[in-house]
Amino acid sequence: MEAVKQGSAAIGLRSKTHVVLACVNKSNSELSSHQKKISKVDDHIGVAIAGLTADGRVLSRYMRSECINYSYCFESVLPVGRLIVQLTDKAQVCTQRSWKRPYGVGLLVAGLDESGAHLYYNCPSGNYFEYQAFAIGSRSQAARTYLERRFVSFTGSSREDLIKDALIATRETLQGEKLRSSVCTVAVVGVGEPFHILDQETIQKLIDDFEIVREEKSPPAEPQPGAAPGQGSSADQGAGADQGGVASMDI
Amino acid sequence: MATVAESERTLYPYVTGSSVVALKYKDGILMAADMGGSYGSTLRYKSIERLKPVGKHTLLGASGEISDFQEILRYLDELILYDNMWDDGNSLGPKEVHSYLTRVMYNRRNKFNPLWNSLVLGGVKNGQKYLGMVNMIGINFEDNHVATGLGNHLARPILRDEWNENLTFEEGVKLLEKCMRVLLYRDRSAVNKIQISKITEEDCTVFPPFSLKTYWDFSAFKNPTAGAPGSW
Repeated sequence: MEAVKQGSAAIGLRSKTHVVLACVNKSNSELSSHQKKISKVDDHIGVAIAGLTADGRVLSRYMRSECINYSYCFESVLPVGRLIVQLTDKAQVCTQRSWKRPYGVGLLVAGLDESGAHLYYNCPSGNYFEYQAFAIGSRSQAARTYLERRFVSFTGSSREDLIKDALIATRETLQGEKLRSSVCTVAVVGVGEPFHILDQETIQKLIDDFEIVREEKSPPAEPQPGAAPGQGSSADQGAGADQGGVASMDI
Repeated sequence: MATVAESERTLYPYVTGSSVVALKYKDGILMAADMGGSYGSTLRYKSIERLKPVGKHTLLGASGEISDFQEILRYLDELILYDNMWDDGNSLGPKEVHSYLTRVMYNRRNKFNPLWNSLVLGGVKNGQKYLGMVNMIGINFEDNHVATGLGNHLARPILRDEWNENLTFEEGVKLLEKCMRVLLYRDRSAVNKIQISKITEEDCTVFPPFSLKTYWDFSAFKNPTAGAPGSW
């Protein structure tokens, strides 16, 4: 559990039709690349990890294996809830054997199956909970506070709004550091949309959109580089139409 | 040791069921089979139910070795039981059961110990109708109407001509009866005790058995030795 709290932040939120995962990229030094925290498990399931990434990698591999085996046998997608139970049973074993140690990683599993969109959080203890929105990792409390205020509206959110909320929640965990696309990774899964990680350009455009709104609320210090000209000016949390035009996330 | 193992493989079928015919109709799937179990050329058993519901969404019909069919039912029983035990709102639909059975049949075939059956699987889930077939070597496919054994040769041509998307229940039954009648006349292992079953989104019903009316008053039957009289 401590390992999870010390890992860098990961955030997840879901609407009725989509689930979004976002996380803060952490790297050892300026020279190295950042750690991969979001993995695709299957077309309909993805996972974000916080904690010991090596343990996370092993569990991701297990999840992928389970999904593939189920698909092979039944030619349909593994229901997310069942994968979670299998995963947590595996984690529980490590808490009851004296010669093993628990998996030091918290998993935010985002998935879609015939019973709808799901977001689960898996603890190293072997517990799991389903969430409308959640954040884990260091400085995630700020994100959780933000999500707590707004989660009631998430069920009906559009895809774009959901991604925006995820980015804003990510910004909360950065505590003042500027939100740039190089600092965060965002992934989406939804009805008719297989799980995929969004590319940096798309994310940067979205960030610019709502950063402009924020800038205009306080007196603008200097013109934003790469700002979307005027289009995002009257955009508020509710206006989906403009965002749809700017952010063409067709992958 | 090898000789002991040899005697445990399926080499030939013993008690077999004849064809199963099935089609999709407006509300779901209709399936028909007779109730005969042949022991070689003897029509030994006349009340074998070869159409069985599986879980909430699927109907299974089998031709071929009856004991293997019963074994398959046991496998499926376990599968559905574990599925229900999850108790999580998800359930295995006809497509999943079909895929599972294909894996089982193909696997057994690869071990040279096949389950000597041709299976017809039909069902409706979330408004989607599904009808498929698997046979003992693992060949499987999906179609709007399927048949096993001799039904493939005698019934499917009729179905190809007369099937359409919007058959009502009565029209579907009439079509199936037509197919079963041809099979009754021409398949030597058919018995005149037919069961029809239907599965729709709401439920699955296996109807009580009935007999088809047959006509034998053809003039050619009246004097069978007309063409080649007498002894020689």
